Amino acid sequence: MSQQVDIDIRVPNQTKYLGMIGKIGESLAHTLANYEGDREELAYHLNLVLTEALANAICHANACDPCKEVKVSISASNKELTIRVFDHGQGFDIQKLAQAKVRATDEGGRGVQIIFKLMDQVKYLKSGAGHVLEMTKHLH
Amino acid sequence: MQLNITEQGEIVKIEVQEERMDAHNSGDLKEQMLQLFDDGKCNLIIDLSEVRFVDSSGLGALVSGFKNASARKGSLKLCCLQPQVRSMFELTRLHRVFEIFASIEEALESY
Repeated sequence: MSQQVDIDIRVPNQTKYLGMIGKIGESLAHTLANYEGDREELAYHLNLVLTEALANAICHANACDPCKEVKVSISASNKELTIRVFDHGQGFDIQKLAQAKVRATDEGGRGVQIIFKLMDQVKYLKSGAGHVLEMTKHLH
Repeated sequence: MQLNITEQGEIVKIEVQEERMDAHNSGDLKEQMLQLFDDGKCNLIIDLSEVRFVDSSGLGALVSGFKNASARKGSLKLCCLQPQVRSMFELTRLHRVFEIFASIEEALESY
């Protein structure tokens, strides 16, 4: 049976919403039809990539401006799950961040690398006046 | 961020009483540790038994504490990691950096 789930969320540009959005990712992992992998692990990973991507949009792209908002869309089918996080920023070179050497004593720089490790495909594209971070995970 | 801070001799125990350590609250832990370092306290044990989720910001706060403690000839040690939190340290290879103990007693005995 095919099952398509689409979720669109808009929240104020504030980090207090990270936990709420992360939990939506966790809940989705537990309700996906026909997923045969480790659901607990998938739930944690979706929570994590949503948290990392959203924090990046809120704190960096949108410069912590509480008057802005962040849009998140999640689409899941039997085959794959795609998360899109839209920001109002000027963009950055995501490949450069993904490949940058992070030393053990560096306090930052791990967020994008975690996203690349946990998702199968990651793109950062221009979208309207801002950008969208698009992350896809194959479910089979 | 809710933190329970107790002292045992020269060792300061910080119990993180939160389910999540993320970009929203991990700055509080970092600031609290900096205050302790300013007060001359540089041997810390961070008890993560209540923490179910940590992101890169939470890890960054712990790295900050580790660096500052080491720079003052002290140390920052971790204990009581839940499995998914432990997996974050392995994913980022930070388990090779921190001393991680199964219990607070083991962490205390290591000093």
